[in-house]
Amino acid sequence: MFVYGLINSAVLALMAIGFNLTFGISGVANFAYGAIYVVSGFLTWSLINKLNMPYPVSAISTIIIIGILGALIYRFIIKRIRGLVISEVIATFGISIVILEFLRYVGFIGFKYSLPMFITGSVEIFDAYVDIQRLLIICFVILLIIALYIFTHHTKIGRAFRGIAQEEHTSLSLGINPDWIASLSMGLGSSLGAFAAIVILPLGTITVDGGYDVLINALSVCIVGGLGSTFGIIIASVIIGYAQTLTATYLAPHWTMIVSLLAILIILVFKPSGILGHQKELEERV
Amino acid sequence: MLVAAGLNLLIKKRDMAKENYRKERIDRCIKARSDDIYAISSKNEILYLLFPRVIPIAALGIIALISPLYWQKVIISACIFAMLAVSWDFLSSCGMLSLGQALFFGIGSYIAGILNHYLNLPFYITIPVATISGGLLSTILLLPVVRLRGIYFAMVTLILPLMLMRGIEATRIFGGNEGITGLSPFPNIWVELIIIITAMWVTLFALRRFISSDYGLIFVSIRDNDRATMASGINIYAFKAQALFIGSCICAFCGAFMTHSYMFTGIPVFTMEFSILPIAASAIGGIGSLAGPLLGAFVLVPLSEILREFGTLRVVFYGLVLVICVVALPEGIFHYLSRKYNEMERWVKIE
Repeated sequence: MFVYGLINSAVLALMAIGFNLTFGISGVANFAYGAIYVVSGFLTWSLINKLNMPYPVSAISTIIIIGILGALIYRFIIKRIRGLVISEVIATFGISIVILEFLRYVGFIGFKYSLPMFITGSVEIFDAYVDIQRLLIICFVILLIIALYIFTHHTKIGRAFRGIAQEEHTSLSLGINPDWIASLSMGLGSSLGAFAAIVILPLGTITVDGGYDVLINALSVCIVGGLGSTFGIIIASVIIGYAQTLTATYLAPHWTMIVSLLAILIILVFKPSGILGHQKELEERV
Repeated sequence: MLVAAGLNLLIKKRDMAKENYRKERIDRCIKARSDDIYAISSKNEILYLLFPRVIPIAALGIIALISPLYWQKVIISACIFAMLAVSWDFLSSCGMLSLGQALFFGIGSYIAGILNHYLNLPFYITIPVATISGGLLSTILLLPVVRLRGIYFAMVTLILPLMLMRGIEATRIFGGNEGITGLSPFPNIWVELIIIITAMWVTLFALRRFISSDYGLIFVSIRDNDRATMASGINIYAFKAQALFIGSCICAFCGAFMTHSYMFTGIPVFTMEFSILPIAASAIGGIGSLAGPLLGAFVLVPLSEILREFGTLRVVFYGLVLVICVVALPEGIFHYLSRKYNEMERWVKIE
């Protein structure tokens, strides 16, 4: 119970980090995030099985390719409509649908589409058998969060990221190019999505509909945690993760999605800016 | 270049030929007093205003009369999507960006299906009941999130239909995955056509009139600046809820109508197509005019019918259209046409 809840929380956090990074920095809600997640799964699969590349190489090249793809999407599409909320949402949603439905059309459906585990086998913790892959997810999440913290607080680009998140015009006057940084953040967000896909997807098969699920999970974690706040995301993913595991155990697995919605509704009623959201976000939101 | 130069020369020649004349905008004297209130003083001016309104109505009526059964069905689905798109545009001009028209549509559809299947009510009762109660139910569902703005509202509306889909799958109520089949159809195709075409035109013109009335102006002001509206002592949440009710009633009507037309309701009514096509239609036709989305739907639906053999690739096509229109052609067809119509000029003799 305890272990499964923790793993579920880690999975949720991993899904949400990329979305949250892009939104927190450039203010672009990337509705194509789920599509990017699925695409990176299929891309890795194709690199391994069609081009016979070794697993680590294909995983790393997928992360890089998807990162470049995300930056290109920003460069050529979102940059033109930045700041127009309706257009941003419609455009990223459109991109998501183009990618997902195209994959569906091409025929990426079936059980053969699954990624290999990093290390197979399982261990027993607290009377529960757990795949090592699942334990790796927890490790990766912790490492990723520490890495991101160091990146945004102690490197030049990371500080520029925080700069345009706080005050775009002032950072422009300090020689930071917001468009460049925003496309970088979109690229990095997409890379994180790809990373999440490579780490999480070995647990199941890659499906097109999974893209929508990932988007929903990322959105609910971000809304509950407060958009743009990394620690809010951790707390929210723990809450939602345990709630989902409890529902799956005591009710039925089908109900897990409804838990996310309930969490969103409760948070919106009692604390609309999210658990760790700031006043600024409250203003934007309500 | 050569062509442009030649065209320039032609235009110059034509202008020179009319030396004692000058050009005058046709709408000048009609619209001089205000942009919305017309001061009509002659038969020609009435014609000028009626022409763009009557021609589409007449054209659609004639096309519906003469086309074969298959294309009549296409017209029906175009009308349904046009109404969904008009409702989407209405909600977006009240500052509510919805990514889930399928929610309202699906709720209406399910209510009609349940009433018809379990209580054996005929369509002329189920459709009105489903319209009103579907609108109410959707409004109540979205009431907690009416306080949200922009993308946050969009996120919740995107999630809700997917949730309902999962809920129905999980609980297996109302037919579960298979849905409810064998519902009572309309007596014949003409009844269907008349109902849906009338409903569509009534919706369009009523909403256009409504949004330019004093009452409707409040909705537009909420979109433009909700804080200023709040500061003027207007309870914007109450108004947003009302807008939500109106918008979802329209969609619920479409859902109920479609249920009887296809004699089926089930999980497919919550699919992405019913959310994405209205937005795509609005993006093509021009957001913010109500007539634009209608025009867009009448471009998209027949087009997608021609592309039917490509299967799910159609949805890819909608997505592409969406991205291209939003990025490259933000104006939309309708705004372009109406601008050109208003800019029409005639020659007037200089006195």
